[in-house]
Amino acid sequence: MKRLLMTAALGMALAAPALADTTKVGFIYIGPVGDHGWTYTHDQARLAVEAEFGDAVETTYVENVAYGADAERVMTQMALSGTDLIFATSFGYGPDMNTVAARFPNVKFEHATGYIQETDNVSLYNARFYEGRAVIGHIAGKMTETNRVGYIASFPIPEVIMGINSAYLHAKAVNPDVEFNVVWVYSWYDPAQEAAAAEALIEQGADIIMQHTDSTAPLTVAQDAGIYAFGQASDMSAFAPQSHLTGILDVWAPYYIERVRAVQDGTWEAGDVWHGIVDGMVGFAPLSDLIPEDVRAEAEEMIAAIAAGEYHPFTGPINKQDGTPWLAEGETAPDGDLLTMDFYVEGITADIPN
Amino acid sequence: MIRLEKRKEPSKFWRIANPFLAVALTMVAGGIMFAMLGKDPITAIRLIFFDPIFSETFGSYSRPQLLIKSAPLILIAVGLAIGFKANIWNIGAEGQYIIGALFGAGVALAFFPAPGWYIFPLMVIAGAFGGFLWAMIPAILKTRFNTNEILVSLLLVYVAEKILAAMALGVMRNPDIAGFPGSRDLRRYEAAYNAELISGTGIHWGVVAALIAVIFAYAMMTRHMLGYHVQLAGQAPRAARFGGVSPARLVVICLGISGALAGLAGMFEVSGPGGQVRIEFASGYGFTAIIVAFLGRLNPVGIVLAGLLLGLTYIGGELGQMMLQLPGAAIQVFQGMLLFFLLALDFQTNYRIRLTQGARA
Repeated sequence: MKRLLMTAALGMALAAPALADTTKVGFIYIGPVGDHGWTYTHDQARLAVEAEFGDAVETTYVENVAYGADAERVMTQMALSGTDLIFATSFGYGPDMNTVAARFPNVKFEHATGYIQETDNVSLYNARFYEGRAVIGHIAGKMTETNRVGYIASFPIPEVIMGINSAYLHAKAVNPDVEFNVVWVYSWYDPAQEAAAAEALIEQGADIIMQHTDSTAPLTVAQDAGIYAFGQASDMSAFAPQSHLTGILDVWAPYYIERVRAVQDGTWEAGDVWHGIVDGMVGFAPLSDLIPEDVRAEAEEMIAAIAAGEYHPFTGPINKQDGTPWLAEGETAPDGDLLTMDFYVEGITADIPN
Repeated sequence: MIRLEKRKEPSKFWRIANPFLAVALTMVAGGIMFAMLGKDPITAIRLIFFDPIFSETFGSYSRPQLLIKSAPLILIAVGLAIGFKANIWNIGAEGQYIIGALFGAGVALAFFPAPGWYIFPLMVIAGAFGGFLWAMIPAILKTRFNTNEILVSLLLVYVAEKILAAMALGVMRNPDIAGFPGSRDLRRYEAAYNAELISGTGIHWGVVAALIAVIFAYAMMTRHMLGYHVQLAGQAPRAARFGGVSPARLVVICLGISGALAGLAGMFEVSGPGGQVRIEFASGYGFTAIIVAFLGRLNPVGIVLAGLLLGLTYIGGELGQMMLQLPGAAIQVFQGMLLFFLLALDFQTNYRIRLTQGARA
């Protein structure tokens, strides 16, 4: 009964702000807005929403929100303050978001890279970053001289494993001798650890570094060591102009603008999208002149082929690391396989930690 | 000329007054910082200290949240304070908190999905035991090999974090969801769920345990021989040794109590507000509790007030970010200022500042 009363009270509290003209949009971030990586790109998209709609929207954000009780509280406070649409921009917010969403049926929720959708006011969106990884894998395979590519990984989750596989497959395709060394830092953003990981990889002989973490530290380490590296999430070329080859860009603005407009028009519905290069959610920092011209042309070609739907980065034959077949000749990976990927492909010598 | 004079006895007045003064100074200095960031300082201070409790929009939700946020801080700080009084410095409560959570969650996951009233009590015991065990490492290393408990307990935090990650990715991973780290959601397993005891109040078993710990610690420190020994060892270690207080025994007891309480806090968190074992489960309660213990003057009642205050700055800090776009780091600076001002002010508990005239011969 008490719970019922509370829900009713919360419902009434929500009814009022919904009538106002301005759409209130809240963002919760896992990292600081100044990381120049993941969170930075989401915040750039938030600013793009403000620029697009002007006074018709009011945006707010809370940064460095831990998963669990803190995330639940921040989202609840946002909902209580009359927010119409909440973007939770990290994988781990899933359970908390669904708990809050069940309590506030009139508030719309958008969860980046999530997989839990328990109520019809929870929407999921994600980007096919593996498409970008394929392109930088190709460039790395062509350019490495030591045949060793260093990979700084965050957490052993499907998203990250998929990226390693995609980059490896495309490096291997153009350079059969290539090897990948992977260091797990168990953080999305930890400049000190990322720098230490980069140094370790360079010591192991890597002459190209890739990262699936958000700080610019690996790039600066690479530049100091006189080797090449790829940026992450935003255009990081300014941090290491002599090292930065290109980087996969996270471009959230078009999606955010579309979803805010849908809320304003009253047409918002929960969805589950996985956008790629073709939708503009995955982009590239300008390909550096450091990349040989022919390799640059091949990279551009691959980007175009993926965008046109002519090429899928996971096209068979591909075996799993243990040698068992995964994709047959010409078969492309079903999304379900990718989203739950917990194995390396054949040829990678490292092990996934567990 | 300014001269410092050591007081014969620490000033009782300043001991009590300093925390309040420190809060006031933090508000002023924090206000200046917020003004420099281009935010209205009055609004910012109001959002942080008053709105979580009194605001019509947020109050009804934030007040219970205050208990949820403060309970683990108080529970851990009460234990730490006992050791701090005896000059035994457990800086690794964060690690004991993590291990306690893992032990508690381990019991729950072992029984899943069986119902049973006895599961939750077993988790409580396991949580306390896990924290105790983790604190015994620095305790035994100190008593046997005379290592420094500050370093050992602190470094064990990082070991605990690695174990946590390994558990979330390995044996405790939810087998029903392929590929993703993190255990089952204990909030959805009734026998293990540390739910609100009275809906809408924020009171869960962790809050009750914090209250019991405060009463227990207060009684021990004022009425029990052990409390007397702790105080004696802290203030006059030589006298304590002559008085028959075994330093080794005291190290084991103090680290054991603080470890067990930190473990309990972790267990109540993972089975309630936290919900599941995840890589990022630890959120710094074990470290913040050190500020709480000092701000509360190592006194159980003071710790309750200090815990509520720190809880308030967390919740208010989020409101400040949300409503005023204060940067998240500014809130951390704000909390740091609190400890800084307190330690600076504590100087005058032991020293008197004298203005003297002329040069002394």
